[in-house]
Amino acid sequence: MNNLTRKQRKMLYRILLAAALLIAVKLLPHLFPVPVWMAVPLYLAPYLIIGWDVLWKAVRNILNGQVFDENFLMALATVGAFATGEYAEAVFVMLFYQTGELFQDYAVGKSRQSIAALMDIRPDTANLELEDGSLEEVDPEDVEVGAVVVVRPGERVPLDGEVLEGASALDTAALTGESVPRDVGVGDAVISGCVNQSGLLRVKVTKPCEESTVSKILDLVENAGEKKAASENFITRFARYYTPCVVIAATALFLLPTIALALLPASAQPAFLAGTDWTGWLHRALIFLVISCPCALVISVPLSFFGGIGGASKCGILVKGSNYLETLARTETVVFDKTGTLTQGSFTVTALHPAKGVTEDALLEAAALAESWSSHPISVSLRKAWGKDLDPSRVTDVEEIAGHGVAAKVDGKAVSAGNSRLMEKEGVQWESCDLPGTIVHVTVEGRYAGHILISDLPKPEAKTLVEGLKAAGVKKTVMLTGDTEAAAKAVAQELGIDEVHSQLLPADKVERVEGLLARKSSPSASLAFVGDGINDAPVLTRADVGIAMGALGSDAAIEAADVVLMDDNPAKIATAMRISRKTLRIVKQNIWFALGVKGAVLLLGAFGVATMWEAVFADVGVAFIAILNAMRCLHVEEFKK
Amino acid sequence: MKKRFKLTDLDCANCAAKMEEAIKKIDGVHDATVSFMAQKMTVDADDARFDDIMKEIVAVCKKVESDCIINL
Repeated sequence: MNNLTRKQRKMLYRILLAAALLIAVKLLPHLFPVPVWMAVPLYLAPYLIIGWDVLWKAVRNILNGQVFDENFLMALATVGAFATGEYAEAVFVMLFYQTGELFQDYAVGKSRQSIAALMDIRPDTANLELEDGSLEEVDPEDVEVGAVVVVRPGERVPLDGEVLEGASALDTAALTGESVPRDVGVGDAVISGCVNQSGLLRVKVTKPCEESTVSKILDLVENAGEKKAASENFITRFARYYTPCVVIAATALFLLPTIALALLPASAQPAFLAGTDWTGWLHRALIFLVISCPCALVISVPLSFFGGIGGASKCGILVKGSNYLETLARTETVVFDKTGTLTQGSFTVTALHPAKGVTEDALLEAAALAESWSSHPISVSLRKAWGKDLDPSRVTDVEEIAGHGVAAKVDGKAVSAGNSRLMEKEGVQWESCDLPGTIVHVTVEGRYAGHILISDLPKPEAKTLVEGLKAAGVKKTVMLTGDTEAAAKAVAQELGIDEVHSQLLPADKVERVEGLLARKSSPSASLAFVGDGINDAPVLTRADVGIAMGALGSDAAIEAADVVLMDDNPAKIATAMRISRKTLRIVKQNIWFALGVKGAVLLLGAFGVATMWEAVFADVGVAFIAILNAMRCLHVEEFKK
Repeated sequence: MKKRFKLTDLDCANCAAKMEEAIKKIDGVHDATVSFMAQKMTVDADDARFDDIMKEIVAVCKKVESDCIINL
């Protein structure tokens, strides 16, 4: 009870007091005789204790022209119950209504808090290093770009920056949902919001507070509510018509039979009027009024989406609006960019095929040395595969032949490394290779020494991705790449991707996505595009939902995409789909449950079977259950693993 | 110009929807959203008359939900 606000606690006391009084008044006649005229004032006491504010708001809102306000409806229903002599029922309805409101208020506050706590990753202070080397604790907003801050172990990095001194492991879990820490050293960029785990870091600030990663993320999540989902709009639109309709129905339910009873002679009255009087019909009409309150319906839908967005951000998935959660749930086709999304985006030596009489080591060493002066990704991968130190003084007369490769003298011997065009240029007989990837042929002193296969390997997490997506309901997976057909096909086959389009320019990718959009099985099915967000911006915007990966530290990706995966683990795509589907399932359950119960009780009420107790359940009880159901959206532990 | 405002004591979801609709009808307002969950309001309205429009918005919201305060 400690976490109730003052307002909520006050309401709780009113509820308890009114409930106690109601019981007392109810028991009183059993203890000693109470005159009939005493009943009204006796029941009026708990009624006013619990309902005075509803009555007051009803009057005030009527004066403001708000006719179908729920306070008014409740006031009318309970005053009506009093008028027809159902005193206990009037008090009970009001009591239950207020309890429901309190619970609703509490539940909404709670879910708002848990999301706020989730997002409590912005550090309040930074340790600013002053000119004399001493430290001062300041607000991160007051730290200027270029200033130096010190981050002690256990503290959060307050601002984006670059490490000047120290090495440590950073826990990025709050941002990415990933538990493996990230190692940083001198010269590495650090991102605000991460927790420094081990060593002391001196960090030079590179961005002002309002542009830092953590501010951007918070801003994004806080404003996700601006983009409303179709089901959210549906329910508010529905409520706009629902309430007036039910109120009109209630009026008709009271007036028509009453007029008929008054005007028609008993013999001409239809059978269903037999034995009824106007108070009975009024009572049925009042039941309608209680059910006509729209709030239960209206609250559960945004609450579910809010929970879904919060749950997703727990997993390091930022969804920019409820509408994207909805689109994601309807995803039929997922289109991937290959490099950097499904593959590691860096080249690795995957095979060595030396010619006769040459060892694998000799082949790799020659190539690595010849390419040792180049910063081309292929050269980098060759040096990495060699692993040992290279003495640059062994290499002389380096000549880079654009579009062909490199020629150099290694230990005085002529070595060339490059593609088949280079081999043809040198007039060397070369062997072809069946494996997909980039091939580097090597010659030593004009003789063919063999070739090295370099390829971009799929990420290990990508292997279960397609399976995960299919399990989440995706029908088709497509890969787009600028790479060669052989390389693309090999990756697609390994990962189980259905369709591949290779050798595409960035503009072609948009065209392909448009083609796929046109082939969707139904207008409601959607297409998601997943890219690294750097050069995919046009495609990200063209797709129904654009997902950017590895966005931590990349502002461009956060801007361009609708859904942002903070790390570069492709398995998160499937997680995002599952969370969205779960949220939508809960939204649907809530809508149908609320409509179903309300409809059923309306029907029963019209035939005089339902009592006002059931009507209150149809309003408040349904809200109760719908809210509890909506809160499930926040729980994502099953997806985190 | 687009501006965001925090709301205090916005207690009912349906009121939020009604407020949103009422604000959208005000002359000069291009778009508006009232988020019950975030207790926030976003208004996109004409630059020149923004302050006047805000006054109208406050009045309209007062009518729908008197307890709700817009933190300007």
